[in-house]
Amino acid sequence: MQEENDDILEQITSSEYKYGFVTDIEADEAPKGLSEDIVRFISAKKNEPEWMLEYRLKAYRQWLTMEEPTWPNVQYPAINFQDVIYYSAPKQKVAPNSLDEIDPELRKTFEKLGISLDEQKRISGVAVDAVIDSVSVATTFKEELSKVGVIFCSMSEAIQEHPELIKKYLGSVVPATDNFFSALNAAVFSDGSFCYIPKGVRCPMELSTYFRINAANTGQFERTLIVAEEGSYVSYLEGCTAPMRDENQLHAAVVEIVAMEKAEVKYSTVQNWYPGDKEGKGGIYNFVTKRGICAGDHSKISWTQVETGSSVTWKYPSVILKGDHSIGEFYSVAVTNNFQQADTGTKMVHIGKNTRSRIVSKGISAGKSQNSYRGLVSVAKNASNSRNFSQCDSLLLGDKCGAHTFPYIEVKNNTAIVEHEATTSKIGEDQIFYCNQRGIDTETAVALIINGFAKEVMNQLPMEFAVEAQKLLAISLEGSVG
Amino acid sequence: MLKIENLQARIEEKEILKGINLEIKPGEIHAIMGPNGSGKSTLASVLAGREDYEVTGGSVDFLGKDLLEMSPEDRAKEGLFLAFQYPVEIPGVSTTNFIKTAVNEKRKYLGQEPLDAAQFLKTMKEKMKLVEIDQSLLSRSLNEGFSGGEKKRNEIFQMAMLEPKLAILDETDSGLDIDALRIVANGVNQLRSKDNAFLVVTHYQRLLDYIVPDFVHVLYKGRIVRSGTKELALELEEKGYDFIKAELEKETV
Ligand SMILES: Nc1ncnc2c1ncn2[C@@H]1O[C@H](COP(=O)(O)OP(=O)(O)O)[C@@H](O)[C@H]1O
Ligand SMILES: [Mg+2]
Repeated sequence: MQEENDDILEQITSSEYKYGFVTDIEADEAPKGLSEDIVRFISAKKNEPEWMLEYRLKAYRQWLTMEEPTWPNVQYPAINFQDVIYYSAPKQKVAPNSLDEIDPELRKTFEKLGISLDEQKRISGVAVDAVIDSVSVATTFKEELSKVGVIFCSMSEAIQEHPELIKKYLGSVVPATDNFFSALNAAVFSDGSFCYIPKGVRCPMELSTYFRINAANTGQFERTLIVAEEGSYVSYLEGCTAPMRDENQLHAAVVEIVAMEKAEVKYSTVQNWYPGDKEGKGGIYNFVTKRGICAGDHSKISWTQVETGSSVTWKYPSVILKGDHSIGEFYSVAVTNNFQQADTGTKMVHIGKNTRSRIVSKGISAGKSQNSYRGLVSVAKNASNSRNFSQCDSLLLGDKCGAHTFPYIEVKNNTAIVEHEATTSKIGEDQIFYCNQRGIDTETAVALIINGFAKEVMNQLPMEFAVEAQKLLAISLEGSVG
Repeated sequence: MLKIENLQARIEEKEILKGINLEIKPGEIHAIMGPNGSGKSTLASVLAGREDYEVTGGSVDFLGKDLLEMSPEDRAKEGLFLAFQYPVEIPGVSTTNFIKTAVNEKRKYLGQEPLDAAQFLKTMKEKMKLVEIDQSLLSRSLNEGFSGGEKKRNEIFQMAMLEPKLAILDETDSGLDIDALRIVANGVNQLRSKDNAFLVVTHYQRLLDYIVPDFVHVLYKGRIVRSGTKELALELEEKGYDFIKAELEKETV
């Protein structure tokens, strides 16, 4: 680990967003704007069954009656939802039947991002579902997974191949009506990943989805659904990047997790959407609803997120602790620099008895950015002996940024124990000078300090991701001190 | 090794160093004494490259290079070390990891391969003995919750790890009990060689019983007003700083 640490520090050289390239590939796009016709267009493109179209149309009609939330501590110009392209698919010459048939341009794109779609080339066994704009272009290791009964495929495919599962679980954790953006997602979602772990199966490899926005003016609305049957286990990773563009682009995803009795799901995200430039121009609006339900007793859902990208983030991965003795965890590092704004946190909803939740949130703000933690811990009347521990730490670099904490606690059972701790600290000039005096330059010193600050969260990430994430932290904060 | 000529520096419009002259040769130990507020820490900080201080005149040559032109980290990597009067705390960064980073940054600068985990551990074990510091302390966050004595010993430990050419010890003795003082002094004495030099800043002569200086200088109101051998320290101890003040006033009248 130490070795890697040093490597990472050495690699901090360029301060520019390095995933900002555009792939020159023809796209099959819907016209701009949103209407019932567009919803029908998307559904038809995907050759969906009638029930799916109905689901979408219902969500769309619902969305029309809803209002964009204004309570988050973020500011951005009103989004013109008629100015967004809701469907864009890279045109492939032929529909790929196997991984070998993938358009070389697309393959190159993912290679550039450090993701190999070549199964043989993967050293560590990580199965990847690669999603560009609105569609999944490749899913690796499908066969190997299917041997143990694990289903890992794109959402479009799941709708065709596993309609019973989708009908049963889609929207069961995040109903279309949950909020403005989840309704929008339900109406226009185009792709995403579906994964199903059967009873008693420990998924033999990490599953991951890599999301990439490529086309201009498009929004990305992916939908992920993970179902872990009784006694199963899966670790799931999500990564995302986008080209640098002057216009803001919308990303409104929904992720649902269902964990049955004694099942465990670990969901890790390294979110690195384009954050906009130094003046705050461009960047992704990241409005995401992520929620899991510990449906069975002794189940566990753990969210880990490293959020370094997006110009505006609005995201609260949550756990509904319905089963007795179930456990919910939320580990988060959110970095904001320049003009980025993040309002992120979690909700832990204790319903079952003896349920436990743990929240560790580390916010790092630099430049003129604003970083807010917003969290809710609620304990229902019957959730006796529930426990929560929350730790929210903020680290400030410079004095033009802001850190805010909004913890909400609602306890309706007097046997519950809810603890909340919060700290705010600053990287001081004297700390930097101390490092300098030991021969450590300022960039390296900052990387050292923030990695130390975020360690508890980083330790939760799977190894391959942890290294990447540490680099990201350092890079996102480059030039923010001294 | 170090040649300071007519060094002047100020902070926020306030002149603090008013023309310092000092030459240190390899193998020597120099002590700087003086009442509080005379500019001892300022001199140490200016040499280490702290930006808060503005150098308004003079020059400093360090091993043939213009010290004042160098960044603080390059000064360190060239072999200048400052044991801070008030070492800062860095939460979340283990002392071990911190020192390893420092050691390897220096090695990189000197065109040497980084130490691997085993080599590093070996060196660390040796130096730990030297300053009687415990492994458990080094696993903790840098200086966080350390006692005064632990912080000072950690400074000397870092010095031992980095093997500087010139080490400046800013009141490393203050706040130490007699045992800790002996440990610190012992560390310095063992690191002493004909190739390195020490500048020991102290308020009391007590430390100089253990670290015997070749030269003693008295800094007063931003100037070196007396220089001599270790007897000067004893005289100061006996008569107090007021005697210097009184003498100086006589001279200026
Ligand atoms: N950051 C600062 N701002 C203003 N004055 C300072 C600052 N640091 C030191 N000084 C002043 O400079 C003078 C010398 O201080 P210092 O070098 O710390 O003395 P010493 O180490 O000899 O006790 C004192 O008068 C002190 O008040
Ligand atoms: Mg001092």
